[in-house]
Amino acid sequence: MSDILNFHFDVDGGDFTSAGQASVGVKKNLRQLGLPPEIIRRVSIAMYEGEINMVIHAGGGSADVSVTEEYIEIRLCDKGPGIKDINQAMQEGFSTATDNIRSLGFGAGMGLPNMKRYTDYMKIDSVVGEGTTITMRVNIN
Amino acid sequence: MKISTIKDLLEAQVICCEEGLSEHVYSACGSDMMSDVLAYVKDQAVLMTGLVNSQVIRTAEMMDMKCIVFVRSKLPTAEMIELANESGIVLLATTKRLYEACGILYSNGLVGNRAKNV
Repeated sequence: MSDILNFHFDVDGGDFTSAGQASVGVKKNLRQLGLPPEIIRRVSIAMYEGEINMVIHAGGGSADVSVTEEYIEIRLCDKGPGIKDINQAMQEGFSTATDNIRSLGFGAGMGLPNMKRYTDYMKIDSVVGEGTTITMRVNIN
Repeated sequence: MKISTIKDLLEAQVICCEEGLSEHVYSACGSDMMSDVLAYVKDQAVLMTGLVNSQVIRTAEMMDMKCIVFVRSKLPTAEMIELANESGIVLLATTKRLYEACGILYSNGLVGNRAKNV
């Protein structure tokens, strides 16, 4: 299945305040495509959590979103510290975020579980010391 | 429940998007942890929080929320107000604490995650 549209965003790792801009951009683009609101919300939330994670843990990265006739794929890449134990990281409530991040309203250990919750497919490729790539898909039908 | 009713019940001031006061919300949540909000809240919700940073507005935007109530006399920054204006999200501010604000709305029929017409 060929892609209908691709969006690319660079996620700035140094600025927590502006984190989420890529997700806002994707949400606007998906709205213009006339996709169902529930699909748009699921994509937006999953990508937003991923974007926040990249800012908190990895010093930023890149986000690529592809829209096909069957699904929307989000690919998040960073060159951060990597995830040591993915099974542990997927547990609700597990977090390595600092108290400072928690005071900003994140780091509750819900990011990755939420990403899985809102998507139909999720794959985490991570190498400690090299970085993490997360691929998620939300089916359109 | 109309957003204007929430404003009256919480004796809240309107910070921005006053034109949205006539809209209805069917569910609500109260939390200072945005990841919890992203995990559990359904459509058309109002968010009550004591957290003040731009991610509160973005979280509401991602969830298609229509209204945020800042509790404990917290006030949003100019940047947050700008973001809310762009998204058409009503911002309210009340002196009440989170627990009390949630209790008032709950006891008046806005019962949380399960969508219910009130």
